[in-house]
Formats: sequence, C-alpha cells, structure tokens
Amino acid sequence: MNINLTMIGQAIAFFLFVVFCMKYVWPPIMEALKERQKKIADGLDAADRASRDLDLAQEKAKQELREAKVQAAELIEQANKRSAQIVDEAKEQARDEGERLIVAAKAEIDQESNRAKEALRAEVAAIAVAGAEKILQTSIDSSVHSDLLNKLATEL
Amino acid sequence: MAGEITASSYIQHHLQNLTYGNHPEGGWMFAHTAQEAKEMGFWAIHVDTMGWSIVLGLIFLGLFRSAAKKATTGVPGGLQNFVEIMIEFVDNSVKETFHGRNKVIAPLALTVFCWVFLMNFMDLIPVDFLPRLAQIVTGNEHLYFKVVPTTDLNATLGMAFSVFALIVYYSIKVKGVSGFIGELTLQPFGKWMIPFNLLLEGVGLIAKPISLALRLFGNLYAGELIFILIALMPFWIQWAMSVPWAIFHILVIVLQAFIFMMLTIVYLSMAHEDH
Repeated sequence: MNINLTMIGQAIAFFLFVVFCMKYVWPPIMEALKERQKKIADGLDAADRASRDLDLAQEKAKQELREAKVQAAELIEQANKRSAQIVDEAKEQARDEGERLIVAAKAEIDQESNRAKEALRAEVAAIAVAGAEKILQTSIDSSVHSDLLNKLATEL
Repeated sequence: MAGEITASSYIQHHLQNLTYGNHPEGGWMFAHTAQEAKEMGFWAIHVDTMGWSIVLGLIFLGLFRSAAKKATTGVPGGLQNFVEIMIEFVDNSVKETFHGRNKVIAPLALTVFCWVFLMNFMDLIPVDFLPRLAQIVTGNEHLYFKVVPTTDLNATLGMAFSVFALIVYYSIKVKGVSGFIGELTLQPFGKWMIPFNLLLEGVGLIAKPISLALRLFGNLYAGELIFILIALMPFWIQWAMSVPWAIFHILVIVLQAFIFMMLTIVYLSMAHEDH
C-alpha cells in the first residue's frame, strides 16, 4: 500500500465534486422542495377555507329554506283567504243573479198574463157579440155597440 | 508473475493498484510489479482508483444534476423523487447535528454520502469481473486493476484530509487564529500545562481525519479481501459464501458511507462550536 499522488488527486476530485454539488445540484432541488412545501401548505389552507365556506353556505341555505317555508305558508294562507273571498263573492253574485232572474221572470209572467187577459178579453167580446147576434138573430153593428162592448170588455 | 497462479499471487495481484509514475530507472511508466510500484515512491498515481472514483462521482453528479434541472414543484417523477428523498435525508441529518448557518456542509455531506456509497458499491461487483474485462480489453494478462476506490488508502485519506482542511478552516474562521490556538493549548488543564494540552488536543485533532480514513478503508479492504478469499474456493461452492457475504456487505457499504457522512458533519459542527 503506497501513499502517493492519488491522495492529492482524490482530494482535488472531491473538492470539485463538492463545489459542483453545492452550486448546481443542491440549490435547485432545495428550492423545489421548499416551493412544494409552500404549495401544499397553501393548498391545505385553501381546503380549510373552502370547508368553512361550505359550512357557512349550508347554514345560509338552511336559513333560506326556513324563510321560504314561512313565505310559502303565508302565501297559502293568503290564497285560502282569497279563495274564500272569491267563493263568497260568487255566492253573492249568484244570489243577486237569481233574484234578478226571478224578478225578470215575474215581470214576464205578469206581462204574459196581461197579454192573455187582453186576448181573452177581445176573445170574450167577440164571443159575446157572436152570442148576442145569435140571440138577437140580427147583426149588431159593432161600431154602434162598441161602447157597450168596451164596457163589457173592461168588466171581464 | 508468469506461469502458475498460486493463491498468494492471486491475492497479491488483486490488491495491487494500476500505478503510473516516475520510476527511478524506467522514467514515467506503468508499474509492472508491486516492487516497481513501490520504487516509484510518492510521485505515482493509481490510475484505476482515480478513474473509477471520478467516473462514479460523475455518475452521481450527472444523475442528481439531471434531476435538479428538471425539478418541478408539482408532482415529482421517479428520479426526482429518489433525489429528493436523498437530499431530505441528508438535510435532516445535517439539521439534527449542526445548528449554525453554513451553505457548504449539507452539499458536502450529500456528496460524501453518495460518492462513498457508489465507490463502496463497486465491492459488490464480482471480484474478477471488471479486472478480467480490463485485461481482455487491454490485452495485458498481468494488468493490475482494482475497481473499489475506497479499498485504496490514498482515496480515503484524500477525502479525510479534505475534511480535515475544512475543520481547520472553519475553526479559524469561527473562532479566529487565537481562538483556535487557545482551544489547542489551553484545554483541558489551563495555561501551566500548555505542552501537555497541545499534545492531547493535537492528537485529538489529527486522530479525526486518520480515524475517518482508516475506518472506511479498513472495512472495505477487509470486505474486498474476503471476497477474494471466497473467489479462491472451487467455483461450485462459492455462491454459498459469496451470496451471504454480499448481502451482509450491502449493510456495510451503506453504513460506512453513512458513518463517513455523519462524522464529517459532526467534526464540522464541532469546528463551529466554542467550548
């Protein structure tokens, strides 16, 4: 085992390798490691924040749901009220309409009966005249006896 | 070396590095024998150790650099994932031990861990595979070729002394020259025992890189030697020993890489601390 120049050569090689490693190997990888660490930390932070946001959103959604339910109940109540009102109004209208129809019918009935009376009266007058003619065997001048006949008609 | 391969020549052949150096008689050349390599003295270089350690270092840096270039902050791919796991592991190890602010220590620890691991890993490749391949490629039957850089004391000492230089540098930078000298001389027995203190602390200081280098070298050298001994067995029984040893060795190579890294961190953080 001889101690010789190899020792110095090895020391020089060692020195050069260490310098290269220090300049070109260590810093970029350490940088990448640190940056990734930061990225992961940021990511975890973001995840935390997101889960907090989610909780908040869920809370808010529940709140909205509750409000919506209340609103819906109000609306239903209003609708019920309104429908009752409409039914009442409809009843009212129907009653009015009925009464009106009854009144109209009554009027028509009156009219009809009057008309029938009129016709009957004329009929009766004609029958009376015909009867009288038969009885008297003579014609009665209706113009002469129109007063009489009218009197009769009104009496009927 | 020619002729019969004996057990001892096989082992010795495996423990000899491919040495290029200044031979007192032959000039600059590759050593053909262990004797020649020894004669070259300090002015020689282990081509196999240097080659493999640089190739492995480049593999490590290339892999990590390609991941670093494509690093995204989004979903990481397979390679980036692996690289990030390694970096986080090293970064956590550094943060647990070292509490100051220093841009060098963490990349240094990463380089130490990955590089030492890869160099140790070469131990798991069957002992004869790469040397034989090198012999066939070069056409030299007696080519020396050691593929595990960490079984070469030069490699571990080179790294350990680099760490030692950093220890001294940061000690002086943080505490000043006087602080560093004071730490070496005024503890643990006060100023009347300066020579004794200096001896104690000096040994303590020198022991750091030496123990760092020898621990790694010793473990890997021993592991390599056992693989070589197993390779001397008849081929039909080798698996019964090499497989359990290799599985155990997986633990050893990771552990040794980890220990080298942790001790580097610990020594450097000690250099930053005032007593």
